[in-house]
Amino acid sequence: MSSSPPIDLNQPVGDRIEKTTCYMCACRCGIDVHLRGDKVRYIEGNRDHPVNKGVLCGKGSAGIMQHYSPARLQAPMKRVGPRGSGQFEEITWDEALEIATGWLGDVRRRDPKQLAFFTGRDQSQSLTGLWAMQYGTPNFAAHGGFCSVNMAAGGLYTFGGAFWEFGDPDWEHTKYFLLFGVAEDHASNPIKAGIGKLKGRGGKVVSVNPVRTGYAAVSDEWVSIKPGTDGLFVGALIHEMFRNRTIDLDYLGRYTNSGWLVIQDAGAADDGLFARDEDGAALVFDTETQQLSNAMNPDARAAMTGARTLPDGRQARPVFELLAERFLSPDYAPEAVAAETGVSAEQTRRIAAELARVAFEEEIVLDRPWTDWAGRKHDKMIGRPVSMHAMRGISAHSNGFQTCRMIHILQILLGTIDCPGGFRYKPPYPKQTPPNLLPHGASGDIKPEMPLGGPHLGFPHGPEHLLLDEEGGPNRIDKAFSWDAPMSSHGLMHMVINNAARKDPYGIDVLFLYMANMAWNSSMNVPGTLDALTETDENGDYVIPKIIYSDAYYSETVPFADLILPDTTYLERYDCISLLDRPISEPDYLADSIRHPVVKPDRDVRGFQEVLIDLGARLGLPAFTTEDGSPRYPGGYADYIVNHERKPGIGPLSGFRGDGTEFGKGAPNPDQLQRYIDNGAFFEHRLDPSHAYFKHANRGYLDWGIEKGIRLSPEPTIFQLYSEPLQKFRLAGRGHGERQPPDRARERLERYFDPLPFWYPPFEGTQVARDAFPLHAITQRPMHMYHSWGSQNAWLRQITAANRLYIHRSVGDRIGAADDDWVWLRSHLGRVKCQVRLMDGVNPDTVWTWNAIGKRRGAWGLSADAPESNQGFLLNHLISELLPAKEGGYRYSNSDPITGQAAWFDLRVAIEKADGAGTTEPFFEPLGASGQPPSPSKLAYGAEFRKDGR
Amino acid sequence: MTCLPQSTDKKLGLVIDLDICVGCQACATSCKEWNTGGYSAPLSDHDPYGADPSGVWLNRVHSYEYERDGAAGTLHFPRSCLHCEEPDCVTVCPTGASYKRAEDGIVLVNPDTCIGCKLCSWACPYGAREYDHDHGVMKKCTLCVDRIYNETLEEEDRVPACVRACPTGARAFGDLGNPASDVSRSVEERKGFSLLEEFGMKPVNRYLPPRQRPAPPPEPAEPVAVADGSALETLFAWVDRTLSSRR
Amino acid sequence: MHPAYSVIFFTTSSGAGYGLLFWLSLAEILVPGLLDRWPALAALVLALMLISAGLLASTYHLGHPERALGALSQWRSSWLSREAVAAVATYIPAGLLGIIWIAGLPEGMVPVLAGLSATGAIATVFCTGMIYASLRTIRQWNRPDLPWIFLALAAATGGLLFALFAAFAGAGLQASLVSVMSLSVGAGVKLRYWSAIDAEKPRYSVEDALGVPGLTSVRSLDPPHDRPNFVMREMGYTVARKHVEKLRQFVLINLFAVPLALVLIGALSGWFIAAFSLAILMATLGVVVERWLLFAEAEHVSQLYY
Ligand SMILES: Nc1nc2c(c(=O)[nH]1)N[C@H]1C(S)=C(S)[C@@H](COP(=O)(O)OP(=O)(O)OC[C@H]3O[C@@H](n4cnc5c(=O)[nH]c(N)nc54)[C@H](O)[C@@H]3O)O[C@H]1N2
Ligand SMILES: Nc1nc2c(c(=O)[nH]1)N[C@H]1C(S)=C(S)[C@@H](COP(=O)(O)OP(=O)(O)OC[C@H]3O[C@@H](n4cnc5c(=O)[nH]c(N)nc54)[C@H](O)[C@@H]3O)O[C@H]1N2
Ligand code: SF4
Ligand code: SF4
Ligand code: SF4
Ligand code: SF4
Ligand code: SF4
Ligand SMILES: [Mo]
Repeated sequence: MSSSPPIDLNQPVGDRIEKTTCYMCACRCGIDVHLRGDKVRYIEGNRDHPVNKGVLCGKGSAGIMQHYSPARLQAPMKRVGPRGSGQFEEITWDEALEIATGWLGDVRRRDPKQLAFFTGRDQSQSLTGLWAMQYGTPNFAAHGGFCSVNMAAGGLYTFGGAFWEFGDPDWEHTKYFLLFGVAEDHASNPIKAGIGKLKGRGGKVVSVNPVRTGYAAVSDEWVSIKPGTDGLFVGALIHEMFRNRTIDLDYLGRYTNSGWLVIQDAGAADDGLFARDEDGAALVFDTETQQLSNAMNPDARAAMTGARTLPDGRQARPVFELLAERFLSPDYAPEAVAAETGVSAEQTRRIAAELARVAFEEEIVLDRPWTDWAGRKHDKMIGRPVSMHAMRGISAHSNGFQTCRMIHILQILLGTIDCPGGFRYKPPYPKQTPPNLLPHGASGDIKPEMPLGGPHLGFPHGPEHLLLDEEGGPNRIDKAFSWDAPMSSHGLMHMVINNAARKDPYGIDVLFLYMANMAWNSSMNVPGTLDALTETDENGDYVIPKIIYSDAYYSETVPFADLILPDTTYLERYDCISLLDRPISEPDYLADSIRHPVVKPDRDVRGFQEVLIDLGARLGLPAFTTEDGSPRYPGGYADYIVNHERKPGIGPLSGFRGDGTEFGKGAPNPDQLQRYIDNGAFFEHRLDPSHAYFKHANRGYLDWGIEKGIRLSPEPTIFQLYSEPLQKFRLAGRGHGERQPPDRARERLERYFDPLPFWYPPFEGTQVARDAFPLHAITQRPMHMYHSWGSQNAWLRQITAANRLYIHRSVGDRIGAADDDWVWLRSHLGRVKCQVRLMDGVNPDTVWTWNAIGKRRGAWGLSADAPESNQGFLLNHLISELLPAKEGGYRYSNSDPITGQAAWFDLRVAIEKADGAGTTEPFFEPLGASGQPPSPSKLAYGAEFRKDGR
Repeated sequence: MTCLPQSTDKKLGLVIDLDICVGCQACATSCKEWNTGGYSAPLSDHDPYGADPSGVWLNRVHSYEYERDGAAGTLHFPRSCLHCEEPDCVTVCPTGASYKRAEDGIVLVNPDTCIGCKLCSWACPYGAREYDHDHGVMKKCTLCVDRIYNETLEEEDRVPACVRACPTGARAFGDLGNPASDVSRSVEERKGFSLLEEFGMKPVNRYLPPRQRPAPPPEPAEPVAVADGSALETLFAWVDRTLSSRR
Repeated sequence: MHPAYSVIFFTTSSGAGYGLLFWLSLAEILVPGLLDRWPALAALVLALMLISAGLLASTYHLGHPERALGALSQWRSSWLSREAVAAVATYIPAGLLGIIWIAGLPEGMVPVLAGLSATGAIATVFCTGMIYASLRTIRQWNRPDLPWIFLALAAATGGLLFALFAAFAGAGLQASLVSVMSLSVGAGVKLRYWSAIDAEKPRYSVEDALGVPGLTSVRSLDPPHDRPNFVMREMGYTVARKHVEKLRQFVLINLFAVPLALVLIGALSGWFIAAFSLAILMATLGVVVERWLLFAEAEHVSQLYY
């Protein structure tokens, strides 16, 4: 027997490694890019990186195919055929920038409102927002309004943080993890690693989700809830906590407004507001002194029960009482909600008991002394190892804001926010509740050639902060911060195109989009959006006259734009993942990071931020020009990242400032980018262990935060079980105050702006006949695909090239459909033809599919017979951006009434078997794609890396 | 070479924890990415942007629904070559291109001598061999032989690409021939099992079963009976009592 | 299993070739002079042509035919290698026979060479059968009778070819006897095979394949990849039961019944040449379908995962 043939076991992976940041999704893991010559040989996780600690997900590991996609745009283009035809002419960058400057400059001189600038999941909002502010249009936002604003606002108004990207379970210590409505989320790798760790040490994972795949598949218990009813389920859990008296009273007393007194004076202008002293401080009843006291008096012992008489003789009751009353009501008893939620009373009660047992009987204690906001010293940190996380299963319903608040209240009752084993803030969080950041862009603020007075997006504390026009109507094209969606802290990107085409509230001249596939998977009602994009007026001119778009790939939206600014891929450009935006911090670390060009573009493309800064200078926007009118950042984005200062000493990157040793605040450091690159493309600072928990009330953390410029107020963050801003809107609805809503809005304000969270049925379900549309339809993100852009990836699309509609076996039996049979799925808006797959692990009243797999013919470099376009489908064709008209004819957006969050998952459908085989419908004309290179018919990537070349 | 080594010094292999595998596909794509430029380069793809995309993958992740003790579940199940102790894929190979290494038990194909007769793929019960039509040779999981000994890599990186990537930590690599190794111990502890062993296959790789879900504890005890008054009053009385006792 | 045309052609063509070689050699030993020098040479050349065409075709489905010589190396464990060795080895005595006949050399060595050729033919076909029979992964193949089926069908198809030569040499009647025998044996083993594989239950279930203790009613939710991959295309080929029935009948009729009838008619009528020629045509069709079915009916364990 001969021995094994010799093989080269020591071949170096590449000839160099560049460390940068992944952008196959928004999790922003650190990557080591191994390069051989100028080709990418291998991409793996950066072990030192705070986010992913070396691991990499399915998408990140397929980055090579994303980078070398044949659908990459090649050069700037000007539309020459009709919109949608895909007939383009390549132009030079000079010409492209001249056209853009012409269009934008004209609008800025006339009426800056005529520009709507909306961006997708680009992570450069601190730059794009600044640019829009400088430009002076009120019409700027990113995608948060259709994505996660219910979670962001729900959290920030309640406890100054949020699930989303602003916090994480304490993966090191937690023992019980309750996960609501998450298939993947932004913390893609951290959640996976966390679940692996938690289960490894015998902890329990409970997944509340209509579908049992992914995380729900590995959970120890699955709660197969009916979509949109989590508020009832959580309400029932809270009910049980009150009933069983398993709540952390100390924690409530210390960190929440549970003792704050709420004025009880029906009909008064301040009914339901906090009783306050002359200085405006909220009042509590101090049981020690038996007197009213400033709620922030650390020595006061606030009563949590009992009506009290205010100096003016009126009655006031503590928040705790009101809260307990609400949830101890029989409406929230497990038995009462079981039919609606589909969760048995036994299961609810058992989970409630387990939560309480783990929180209170498996308490963990860290021997870490710390000092609280009032200067009281504690010698240990007491942890309640129950953690929760939630995302779009909650967020994407029209009752998401209140449901999200309810989950937070459950956490707070159990004492599990930012304690060991609980849910932890990531710096720079927490903020104040609500954050001290107000929206800008009311009518008086908009003047030709003038910057806006402040950032567009913020957190109104009451009607006084709405952005209204002279008549009290919306001043923003998306109607954000109007009576339609008063607390829409992220804008309503999903309404922009349709509002603009209907000129409601007004028409615009230039629509400027960046990195959002708005003509396809990020729009509700795709056919309607396509009509809006191509709508013409009586002269035959487009109602939205000019569309500028920056994409990196030939997506479905590209053919609808008039001017294309082709972006680079994530390996070709600088990016800045800034604390001013959505940072990559972890609970124990303050962190931010960059991307830098590790491969040179082989096409005539430019990083969008580069282009935006250039446009800013050409338009003469003050922040982008010097006094003599020359560009302020001649070195482009890299120059901006290093030298821009938001406030003195505070710039896009927090690390290596000044002489390189300072962080947070410090003078610009010309070496900063190199320092980042040398450090693996990120900066991290480990928090002092005594600052690591109870950040909302941790003197050390609060002071450190101010020192480092990440916190504005030395005051602690007080959890708002009762949210006063909501009551202020409600009072306006009752006719109080100067700013008055239109009459049609009054009922909404009264009903939904309840300062204590409550459950109400999602809108669509109440507006269509239940028996006509008996099923809920939802989507899930596949772990291996990122929205629409995964399908151009030769490896990822082999895993999922077409999506099926997953239905419960009983539904299949009922309509007589077997695997792969075609069905019609109908909503009040339209119908879609698709193929089914039968399964057991889904709530029987729910059907679902993978999100954004369906593609339009002609896009993404895919052939016309690609399964993505023949069998793949979108639920978006069935989702309406508007609710059916009510009396009075006004059609509200299909969104949460408080935050304007798009209600994707409220969709109700009916299903029937379709005849025969065929292809998916609706059928859209194939898009043209002139100028795009043909896609190869086979790939042998890596053949060139073989020693002998073959 | 086609004849098997009498015994191997080590039995290197993978242990895959089905209890925490979420089916994310990271092991599949990182494997593809590593190997398309590595020992087996390339792993070709046909019709990559067309109607019928397919390609060579050395690791694929299935999902199933099942029942166990009356409870239903969903299982994600990654599948790659199991580096069998007595692999039929090796003994059937006419050229000796397919072989099992005596030093560590890794089963490999020599891409320079394989004639592409595909017989080994017929002999593998697990469907773990993948023919590369473009390259004309058989490919399979190499256990990342070009990583695990690679001295140009940091020592901690000398593990297979799929193990290195797996975000949940569901994949472990080690010597299953050594009872003291971490992988052997986890197999021991968690009652790891192998595939089709009862039919005479002797795979080295092991899987760890989904943990038995803890039996639901008995119904929670009813709260202390509400003597008189409503639940609300009882709660408030408790709150007042508790708060005043803390003074 | 996916029925690859090159493999079907290879096994049927070389099977017939080896069958012919076997009968020719047997005749040279037992009935020397049955065929004259030139007809014997013609039969030999035809046999070698069929064999070579088959072998050549088999290299078609190789990814690297230019490396095919490597397949001779692993005879200690690989039936495919053994087959290759046997095939190459058989060329030597058969080739020498040819040389003797072409050059008109003394024929003293003919019986020895013929004996070696016949043994080589049997060995090669046996090895071919064993390639399939040794695969534990396919229950329809992993059976002791499989090489005998290959041998029987090689003998039957080669026998018909030999019968044609014998008929030219005036030994039609004896040849008929041989053909009737070999066709009957072929039909017998094949019928027995079919009833055996039909009676046998699948050896493995998807629960076995996953191996997780205690699982029941396992069903695939999502395959790893959307479109069929190599393993599914190669190993996942199946035909519907009703087609199988039809095709089996086709084989029975074309490969066995009709040729048998034709041989009998030939024997009764004396129109040997026409009868054998027709029988050969029918049997060729029959054996090709038989071989196609052998693949199409074979179920591979790996498909349990899909
Ligand atoms: N791989 C991958 N990762 C991504 C993305 C991607 O496209 N691909 N997208 C990123 C983006 S932009 C976002 S916003 C995040 C979103 O991340 P996720 O929040 O994980 O979003 P979805 O995949 O939509 O998951 C929603 C989950 O909620 C469930 N669900 C639906 N309705 C309900 C309900 O009423 N109640 C409950 N309890 N559950 C419900 C669905 O079954 C599904 O499992 O993911 C980010 N991460
Ligand atoms: N039915 C249904 N619809 C949904 C959702 C759902 O759950 N269900 N989820 C919603 C949510 S939360 C979100 S966030 C949206 C996401 O939807 P989109 O924001 O539209 O996300 P993508 O499909 O990823 O498209 C983004 C665009 O960015 C482009 N792009 C990619 N990389 C780059 C780059 O480097 N530079 C530039 N300039 N462009 C680039 C892509 O080519 C693509 O055209 O979908 C929403 N739509
Ligand atoms: S989760 Fe995956 S795709 Fe997203 S950044 Fe991390 S590695 Fe990249
Ligand atoms: S990478 Fe890990 S968790 Fe993901 S599919 Fe593979 S084994 Fe499962
Ligand atoms: S799993 Fe298959 S390919 Fe791997 S060693 Fe075993 S038989 Fe061979
Ligand atoms: S395909 Fe290659 S490795 Fe497989 S049996 Fe044939 S020669 Fe051996
Ligand atoms: S060990 Fe290497 S070759 Fe094998 S499956 Fe893992 S990554 Fe792929
Ligand atoms: Mo999103």
